[in-house]
Amino acid sequence: MRSFSILNFKVRRTLRENLSAFWMKCCYLLILAMPFILLIGLLLKSSLLFGEHSLMELIFSSEWKPLSGKFGFFPFIISSLWVTFISIAIAAPVCLLTAIYLTQYAKRFVLKIMQPVIDILAGIPSVIYGVWGIIIIVPFVSKVAGWFNVSSSGYSILTGAIVLAVMIIPFVLNILIEVYKTIPIELSEASLSLGATKWETIKKVLTRKAYPGIISSFGLGVSRAFGETIAVLMVVGNVVQIPSGIFQAGYPLPALIANNYGEMLSIPLYDSALMFAALILFVVVTFFNMGSRYIIMHYEKKI
Amino acid sequence: MINGSIINIEGLNLHIGNKHILKDINVKIPEKKLTVILGPSGCGKTTLLKSLNRLTDLYPEVKTQGKIFNGGIDILNPKIEITELRKKMGLLAQSPYPLPMSIYDNITYGLRISGRRKKRYLSKRVEYYLRQVSLWEEVKDRLKDPASALSIGQQQRLCLARGLSVDPDIILADEPTSALDPVSSREIEELFLKLKQRYTIVMVTHILRQARRVADYVIFMYLGEIVEHGTAEQIFENPQNQITKAYIKGTYS
Amino acid sequence: MKRKFNLNRKFFKKLEELIFRVLMIISTTIIIVALLAIIISILIKGVPSLSWEMITQTPKGGYYFGKEGGILNAIIGSLYLSGGATFLALVVSLPLALYMNIHKMKEKLVVNIIRLFLDILWGIPSIVYGAFGFALMVFLGLRTSLLAGILTVTLFIIPIMVRSMDEVLKTVPRGLIEASFSLGSTRSETSFRVILRQCIPGLITAILLAFGRAIGDAAAVLFTAGYTDYIPTSLSQPTATLPLSVFFQLGSPIPEVQNRAYASAVVLTVIVLIISISSRAFSMKYQKNRIK
Repeated sequence: MRSFSILNFKVRRTLRENLSAFWMKCCYLLILAMPFILLIGLLLKSSLLFGEHSLMELIFSSEWKPLSGKFGFFPFIISSLWVTFISIAIAAPVCLLTAIYLTQYAKRFVLKIMQPVIDILAGIPSVIYGVWGIIIIVPFVSKVAGWFNVSSSGYSILTGAIVLAVMIIPFVLNILIEVYKTIPIELSEASLSLGATKWETIKKVLTRKAYPGIISSFGLGVSRAFGETIAVLMVVGNVVQIPSGIFQAGYPLPALIANNYGEMLSIPLYDSALMFAALILFVVVTFFNMGSRYIIMHYEKKI
Repeated sequence: MINGSIINIEGLNLHIGNKHILKDINVKIPEKKLTVILGPSGCGKTTLLKSLNRLTDLYPEVKTQGKIFNGGIDILNPKIEITELRKKMGLLAQSPYPLPMSIYDNITYGLRISGRRKKRYLSKRVEYYLRQVSLWEEVKDRLKDPASALSIGQQQRLCLARGLSVDPDIILADEPTSALDPVSSREIEELFLKLKQRYTIVMVTHILRQARRVADYVIFMYLGEIVEHGTAEQIFENPQNQITKAYIKGTYS
Repeated sequence: MKRKFNLNRKFFKKLEELIFRVLMIISTTIIIVALLAIIISILIKGVPSLSWEMITQTPKGGYYFGKEGGILNAIIGSLYLSGGATFLALVVSLPLALYMNIHKMKEKLVVNIIRLFLDILWGIPSIVYGAFGFALMVFLGLRTSLLAGILTVTLFIIPIMVRSMDEVLKTVPRGLIEASFSLGSTRSETSFRVILRQCIPGLITAILLAFGRAIGDAAAVLFTAGYTDYIPTSLSQPTATLPLSVFFQLGSPIPEVQNRAYASAVVLTVIVLIISISSRAFSMKYQKNRIK
């Protein structure tokens, strides 16, 4: 009787072990398959479009007339690029300076304040950023445009970029803080004992050492910014045009998808075109994401 | 026996948070000699060494009291411009930390910072200091390579040359051979014996045999206090204190 | 002459450092001000519209036109949706994180490949997940529903959850794992009895983080969860969510409807703040209690 229950126990134990290992393996395979499933899904859905138009035409034509079957993505791509690069141009110096300040100069209590600030900023939902953009940044930009003698509703590329910049700041900043923290203190010691001032040490030694990390943090920021949807959509104006200035409205790719998907499915090729937009997002974002990680992995040791 | 001292430490106390790391340190470090700070690990040797050029500033929560005089100036006085004083002391860390630049720039970094820009002058200096540490022949063809491409032993010698480049009076070395293989360690020790003709060297170590090989003057520390200090002969042949005796005989490890 | 030159150089060095220090302080201040501006502006706009009716009633007369009613549909809908997605994600994420750190402890390559794939997935914008989810839904002949929303959001938060659990489990000392093995525990016993207990606060932080992302994301549910005035009673019904409640109702020309949007924004912000603060509290506790 007793030996039976021990046997039973053993069987149950092995079974549990095998079952859990099996489920773990399933999860593992799911993760490995996921990017490919996504990519193939997007390719399949947008392949209809490739049948009718060449890739070059899709990317570089600026004629967007879905009703007559003309799908030129150029205005959307340009809008996305504008918004992304202006936002990174705003966020990059702010993040770099703050990261240096927090890791090299700041007193303990500043750190104690900043850690939750960064965390909360990172956790605020996109749509809240959008509301904030509408309440504060839109009127602000409209006013600023006035100073330059440009009339603008405030719903513009610049507004989208500012909102986006604030959104990616916590993300980029966290990476940069980590980058500066991992630099060994002995490098500072070496530089200081050669008669360098603290600032010279930061500028010529630490930032040089951090260089690959800095570049990749910006790259990751770009990948984050490029796909951001709701917040940008709410403030960027959404007019199909090639924007000629930062006070003009733009229409980035994610906004295109969000505004139209699932609605005008009766127009032929329309959902295929929107899937193509999603494909562009996927490819660009993954490129920047992987590129940045490659930089930090391969160049960190070489400097 | 000891003629003239270059560093005078008077009543130095150092706290990190509420830990008392260095307790009432009073000692004079002789000029143009190789002084070894000896003791078991964790006794505050490294902290004492770093206080000498106030690198303790880099660590939060460090509080120091007391005075360290170098050439009549109290280094610990917060009003003192420490940047220039640090140049008088070259630092060699536990393991080599070359600056993230080329071999050439590692040597010229200190010179450029103090305003020397002429190319011919810099090149000459690079050769001179690399020869000092017997590295010139090994690297003369690849001065533009990143310093991290060198072997660990070469890197440590490069770091020494870098320290010499700003013409210090004192070399501070914190267990400089602990990351090195025996051959490279030997090379560093030999360099020190050569360099002590012209520099005052303060070296931290916990390796007794190394101390015996190189020391002129020994400071023995235990639990944040100086137990005993004197010439190498005194300490190794005729230690007064029980703890020192035990450590020297090797019954204490 | 030379001395004067040196003094000049020193002066400029000092000046440069000073300028940059001022810039650094300005940057840091900008970040703090931005956060305060966001929270204060949302509160100022939204708090006046918050009332008991607002958070206990569903909208009356259609969410886009009806002036009466509140946002209960969105609050409950969001909780259902993110709760469901977080649970489903947990079922995948926890085993996977344990798999990486205990089963495959010695196989660096496998673990690094999983990490790489997680990084890829984690980087993909939620709108792409949303579009993909919708395409899949159409392909399978489903309609917009709570279930479709949950599935899409699950896919989107799995990489976030696994990555943060991985960070927690990475810090478990190998000695502890080996000790458990040497006592004859199987891998799953080690995982679920020893390691889990040690890491629970950290894992809860990871779950909270994922929940926060799930409840705040609009793009993934935009096409998949639909939107409705009612509280869903089954998985096959569409559901309202807080982010979309903000997004849709803000676009309405009627001030009363806009007020519902602002109220939703406040509720969403408060939920996210609570999550952020409590996960901070958990992670602090985690740092205190961990065996090193």
